[in-house]
Amino acid sequence: MKTTIADLSVGEKGVIQDISFDNVPLKLLEMGCLPGKEVELMQIAPLQDPLYIRVNGSHLAIRKETAKLIQITKSENLCEILKS
Amino acid sequence: MRNTEVIKVALIGNPNTGKSSIFNQLTGLNQKVSNYPGVTVEKKSGTTRLTNKVTATISDLPGTYSINPSSLDENIVLQALLNPDNEYPDVVVVVADVENLKRNLFLFSQIKDLELPAILVVNMADQMKRKGISLDIEQLKVELNSDVLLVSARKNIGIEDLRKSILNYKQLDTSTIENISDRIDADFFSRVRQSFKDMTLYKSWLLITQHHNFSNISENLQKRINSFRVDTGQLKKMQNRETILRYQYINNILKKTYTVDTSKATGLRFKLDKVLTHRIFGYVIFASILLLIFQSIFDWASVPMDFIDATFAKLSELTKNELRPGPLTNLIAEGIIPGIGGIIIFIPQIAILFFLISILEETGYMSRVVFLMDKIMRRFGMSGKSVIPLISGTACAIPAIMAARNISGWKERLVTILVTPFTTCSARLPVYAIIIALVIPNQRILGIFSFQGLTLMGLYLLGFFAAISSGYLLNHTLKVKGKSFFVIEMPNYKIPSFKNILFNVLEKTKAFVFGAGKIILTISIILWFLASNGPATFSNASEIVKKEYIDQGLSESEFNQKIASYKLEHSYIGIAGKYIEPAIKPLGYDWKIGIALLTSFAAREVFVGTLATIYSVESDNDTATIKERMANEINQDTGEKQFDLPVGMSLLIFYAFAMQCMSTLAIVKRETNSWKWPLLQLFGMTALAYLASLLTFTLLK
Repeated sequence: MKTTIADLSVGEKGVIQDISFDNVPLKLLEMGCLPGKEVELMQIAPLQDPLYIRVNGSHLAIRKETAKLIQITKSENLCEILKS
Repeated sequence: MRNTEVIKVALIGNPNTGKSSIFNQLTGLNQKVSNYPGVTVEKKSGTTRLTNKVTATISDLPGTYSINPSSLDENIVLQALLNPDNEYPDVVVVVADVENLKRNLFLFSQIKDLELPAILVVNMADQMKRKGISLDIEQLKVELNSDVLLVSARKNIGIEDLRKSILNYKQLDTSTIENISDRIDADFFSRVRQSFKDMTLYKSWLLITQHHNFSNISENLQKRINSFRVDTGQLKKMQNRETILRYQYINNILKKTYTVDTSKATGLRFKLDKVLTHRIFGYVIFASILLLIFQSIFDWASVPMDFIDATFAKLSELTKNELRPGPLTNLIAEGIIPGIGGIIIFIPQIAILFFLISILEETGYMSRVVFLMDKIMRRFGMSGKSVIPLISGTACAIPAIMAARNISGWKERLVTILVTPFTTCSARLPVYAIIIALVIPNQRILGIFSFQGLTLMGLYLLGFFAAISSGYLLNHTLKVKGKSFFVIEMPNYKIPSFKNILFNVLEKTKAFVFGAGKIILTISIILWFLASNGPATFSNASEIVKKEYIDQGLSESEFNQKIASYKLEHSYIGIAGKYIEPAIKPLGYDWKIGIALLTSFAAREVFVGTLATIYSVESDNDTATIKERMANEINQDTGEKQFDLPVGMSLLIFYAFAMQCMSTLAIVKRETNSWKWPLLQLFGMTALAYLASLLTFTLLK
């Protein structure tokens, strides 16, 4: 199983590795959600969906189904290094 | 008048950048909303005088993150900038928010590639220091090869500079940004360039990828477009690549010009979000705000509404007494004045509702509501964004249905539009109020809750449940193409600008008065005509009545009463009422209520006025209120009171479900661009109303 944004817990960060471009709306990319960018899970809505993320300076809410299409590597303790 | 030059300005930008503030600062009250030619979407524009000889007309386009549209709202931007049907702007002003400059520059880079003169306005400049942001404007101008301005719209700083820049738009550079197209696919784009020599490269690329969003594409052009649409998967990949390349370009520029001191970043958004989107407090806060909204719609609005009601009644009476009696006077006093009154009466509630909703939107809280509600609403075929139309629907379905435009999935938008008329709009309220007062005893349960209040609340809940359960049903039955997706920005919290709120309230109220108002007024006049005219038996009423009652020695006033009553019964509307009587008899209604049901198609609250007319012509006692008249009405067949509990409940249920608003049907037709959906509403909702009322009446009788 590959790790996606949907696997983060609140407060955790990761770096976007790959996006299932065919299924993810162009709008999400246009709002700054791109490979190589750091993503942080800010909050999960009370019914476990949607997810509130911070990516590339944007604060966005996306549905879990979309979050599952965005692969990441978790950055447990590497947040400091990845901040650029 | 002197000849003046007019500069056409398109104002565009991301949502939440303070674009409206800039628009309001530039144009003040010189704003109007009109329709785009050929497109059924509203266009907000305003004018401002730049010098004695030059004015600017500014089109305020809907907020968007990109010119690739993902909702009807955003499509307007594409249309305005590209559709040959519309007038091209001379200059585009792109409003950016200093905090999200990167994402805002994405849109700016697209505009630059359209080779239009563009000005970048960096708004909220007053926040820079507090947020630890520094920006090298001069360097940014060089990098973007454009005019860049620092503005703080709320504090009215930099607006004068913007006027000057607009005035000098001819000096702006119109070259594209660094050559992205060749880096996407050089071979593909050289073929595009060959084929579309008559337009800019980026425009042809947008035509190829977005052709379905354009109207009036010539056959020849469509052929050329199609030749590049062989592999749509490949096109999508190219769009993705374009996005990545644009961000690379922007990152390179911002590295040289933009720095943020993260230690200064305040955690206000974080802290507020923790509370406002909390799994328990989030809903508690939202529910309290909803309660507050409903409370204020009723409490605050009742005073001006009573005042309007009384004023128009007086005005009508005054006209009748002062003007020479005749058909024209009757038309004014009984058709036009009550018709206008029927429109004005809604203004207080609509204005208060949109005042509160604007505050929620301006502060950024509405996005949190969308976030909280999305999962729940999806079960009922809608999106978190449907919450706003559903709340607005409690004032009036018309602005509510228009508010559904920013829902990106067609199916979610359609379901929202279809179910919104179930929510209890303010036009139902007068009907509910009078019937509840007639048939529900004015007693309290446990000393606190009044039966009447509980009934009213029950009707509101009924409307709400009808909306969501039909949403659930539609979700499982509608076969509609189109993927839905959901990406929303959670903007930073802001203190709302009073000016923006005021302008928004004005705009929404105007949209209602001139949109629905026309229909309500027209129907009021038609109904008045139908009630005061009729076939031969109508015109000969006095002779017929004379013959019938000649031996009974009636006084003159009693006699006139008989004539008026006879006239109404034999007017066109009376005939129509009698005609439908067999159909509504099972629900407990007589032909008089039938007339009121028919006139309710102008607007539901006309029910009350119609019954007032019917009973006032039947009774000579002018001091009796409508309520008393209705209470004394006797059913001709049974000899009992007409408005008893079974009939009253049956009517309440009918009004809760029936689709009786022509203006709403017209708006739904306009918004869905098809007669199919308004007709579905008309027949589906009315059939439901009929069956539910039949059941209610049968069970209670």
